[in-house]
Amino acid sequence: MIDLAVVDLSRLQFALTALYHFLFVPLTLGLSFMLVIMESIYVMTRRPIWRTITRFWGTLFGINFVLGVATGLTMEFQFGMNWSYYSHYVGDIFGAPLAIEGLMAFFLEATFVGLMFFGWDKLKPHAHLFVTFLVALGTNLSALWILIANGWMQNPVGADFNPDTMRMEVTDFMAVLFNPVAQAKFVHTVSAGYVIASVFVLGVSAWYLLKGRHIGFAKRSMTVAAAFGLASSLSVVVLGDESGYALTDNQKMKLAAIEAMWETEPAPAGLTAVGLPNMTDHKTHYEIKIPYVLGLISTRSLTGQVEGILPLVAVAETRIESGVQAYDALERIKANPEDPAARGDFEAHRNDLGYGLMLRRFVEDPRDATPEQIRDAAWATVPNVPVMFWTFRFMAGIGFLMIGLFATAFILCTLRKHDTRWFLRLAVLAIPLPWIAAELGWIVAEVGRQPWAVEGVLPTFLGASSLTVPQLWGTIIGFTVLYGTLAVIEVGLILRTISKGPFSSPDLASEPGAPASETEPATA
Amino acid sequence: MELPLDFATLRVIWWGLLGVLLIAFTLTDGFDLGVGALLPFVAKTDKERRMVINTVGATWEGNQVWFILGGGAIFAAWPFVYAVSFSGFYLAMFLVLSALILRPVAFKYRSKRPSAGWRSMWDWALFVGGFVPALVFGVAVGNVLIGAPFRLNSELRAFYDGTLLGLFTPFSLLCGLLSVTMLVLHGATWLGLKAERGPVQKRAFAIGTVAGLLGLVLFAVGGLWVAFGDLGFRIVGTVDPNGFSNPLRTTVEAAGGAWMDNYTRYPWMMIAPALGFLGTAAALLGLWRRSEPLGFLGSSLGAVGIISTVGLSMFPFILPSSIDPSSSLTVWNASSSHLTLFIMLLVTIIFLPLVLLYTAWVYRVLWGRSTTAALSTNPDLY
Repeated sequence: MIDLAVVDLSRLQFALTALYHFLFVPLTLGLSFMLVIMESIYVMTRRPIWRTITRFWGTLFGINFVLGVATGLTMEFQFGMNWSYYSHYVGDIFGAPLAIEGLMAFFLEATFVGLMFFGWDKLKPHAHLFVTFLVALGTNLSALWILIANGWMQNPVGADFNPDTMRMEVTDFMAVLFNPVAQAKFVHTVSAGYVIASVFVLGVSAWYLLKGRHIGFAKRSMTVAAAFGLASSLSVVVLGDESGYALTDNQKMKLAAIEAMWETEPAPAGLTAVGLPNMTDHKTHYEIKIPYVLGLISTRSLTGQVEGILPLVAVAETRIESGVQAYDALERIKANPEDPAARGDFEAHRNDLGYGLMLRRFVEDPRDATPEQIRDAAWATVPNVPVMFWTFRFMAGIGFLMIGLFATAFILCTLRKHDTRWFLRLAVLAIPLPWIAAELGWIVAEVGRQPWAVEGVLPTFLGASSLTVPQLWGTIIGFTVLYGTLAVIEVGLILRTISKGPFSSPDLASEPGAPASETEPATA
Repeated sequence: MELPLDFATLRVIWWGLLGVLLIAFTLTDGFDLGVGALLPFVAKTDKERRMVINTVGATWEGNQVWFILGGGAIFAAWPFVYAVSFSGFYLAMFLVLSALILRPVAFKYRSKRPSAGWRSMWDWALFVGGFVPALVFGVAVGNVLIGAPFRLNSELRAFYDGTLLGLFTPFSLLCGLLSVTMLVLHGATWLGLKAERGPVQKRAFAIGTVAGLLGLVLFAVGGLWVAFGDLGFRIVGTVDPNGFSNPLRTTVEAAGGAWMDNYTRYPWMMIAPALGFLGTAAALLGLWRRSEPLGFLGSSLGAVGIISTVGLSMFPFILPSSIDPSSSLTVWNASSSHLTLFIMLLVTIIFLPLVLLYTAWVYRVLWGRSTTAALSTNPDLY
């Protein structure tokens, strides 16, 4: 039997390292494009203040970027280390986008990021701007490829199980590439990164304005952040809805869990704004419903149905029964690869093999499963409903708050009222919010995918490596200590850089043409 | 769909590309690792250390991608190898990752604060980030030659018998030390090209000379060990090079001395070990004659020779199993599907030349020696 303690610890380690990695990546995604915007203004106007702005945010970008890269190493190798059966089972499809990510995106960003920092005096302004743009392009392309890989886990298109190699193999690479779930996730995720970067720039600029330091620098930075942030926060919410729209075809169970919708309702279904979902009696208590909204959002029609959890569990039960047939046929093929009857049976039930494998959590050989165990396995296809329900609501709530924040910032900047103090205080306080939303977004997407590693194909618990509990504790503690130390150092350096301000380097302060107010000495 | 290249050909191409990636990693990131391992010993003052760090400061990040791409490419083209090796060498991989995670941070953060304690801490982090991966990669290669302790069950799930300390056998330690000497020599010859002439270079050349000589001895001893020791595996019966990727359909036996088979069958393969010796010797000559380009070229060719020797000796094996030889992974049974190998080859043909082109351009823009004098005038430097 699979050691479930090893599975749980492997999941814990993956979640910890992924969530940690994702503290740095979104800021990299967004700040790189904001650097492109700032540097473009410098190249067009040739006003030195914009060069100072670009270089200051570039310094902060660098401190953050390096931890994204360092923790990304873990992500690239952890599949093989902790999820070796998963890697074998789907490597034929999942490995390709990862390799392409390295070839197309990592090389681009990593090769040019050095030149971006060290090439200010070696390149003409246009050429340097182009280098900065290539870094931004590289980081964003890497998001595209990793989300194509992740999109396939959510919606495994273009691949089939091969009984001779005991794994999934690609049949249609274009389908993997143009997976609608991957496309929706990509735009949603990078937009979230743009919001995070905008809030960061907005918040830090607001802090300078509150302290009365670097006024000209901070006002300009704030204006860029307000415009970029407004566009991004609108797009993250609108394209997040696009992500939900794709769910109705591919991940009905995830949608039902997010909405805590136990029964299928007559179309168009109402949206439960708040309530207390209960996993034991399969009801949502004290719910407040907004009529029609869910049906409209997720099916884009008045008649489309959104399926509830209970009917989906019933569907899972039938698929598990069919999956047992697939499993049986596969065992006969293993015994005799030339058995035509076994091949025929396998063809008839191949799409349900993953559901058959779900039984391995309850019984060593799925063919021995009792009806009781089949029912348990069917219920095991439901993710944790209260967790899904609440994480989604907090994430979406923060999304709407961000639109409000940036709309206000945009209006104030347009009216040249940069020094509205109540708003500046709010902008500083808002800094952690989008990070919280991004981490919650990862939880909605990946906890919502449970119990599957690959939706309908491979249960998570089967994907883990045959490691031992002490090995896993060793690495979990090791990563926690290492990552914890690095986080403290990183935050310390960022705060130090911010408090020193943009004019701390002698070469920047002495730049000709900077307005008098910009050359004040850094004090704090 | 009929693909223009057959499965067996694609498998051999991808075996070759795996070698190309390993070599590219060694030639580029290899000198970064070597420079890191040399740092505390060749550079004494803070200015000297900054000067040394800046010889790789702007380019280590791109070089490191060869390592990441190596991981991705093994995953895509050799999923069995990716799955079995990284989980089988679990704690060793963790060790390498921790060391490699320290490295980028150390580069970036070291010179952000003036305190001597802070800087010395990151200097040692750079040393660990260079020395530990160099050692563990070598030890891992040694274990691949010995065979890793794994077996596959009927659903092709891997199980392991080994421990972290079990990886450190006399032979694998020899390989580990060879790897360290190879990268230290490479780092020293890189400092020949990029560091300012002076005491730092002198120290680097002295250490590089010791490393090169030691490397020649270790490579020779390793060769004798492989020829006359109890190492090697052989496929029993015939295999279909176009067959399904299912390791359990091959029969393999352990056979001492079998890693020499290929040299009898294809004598031209002797070029690889010869290059290993000659290249390293040329590097030593370069250090001795103060010919910096010859030093770097020599250490590069030496590394190409040494890595190719391992690959060619084992062909068609990629990762043999010591406890269940018939679970061994070979070129013929451990690859991705025909279609995936083909698509990934197309992607590589399009993007790899592009990567090489812009990498060369970046090196050209940043060309020139790193000097201590530049540290006071250029605020961008680490």
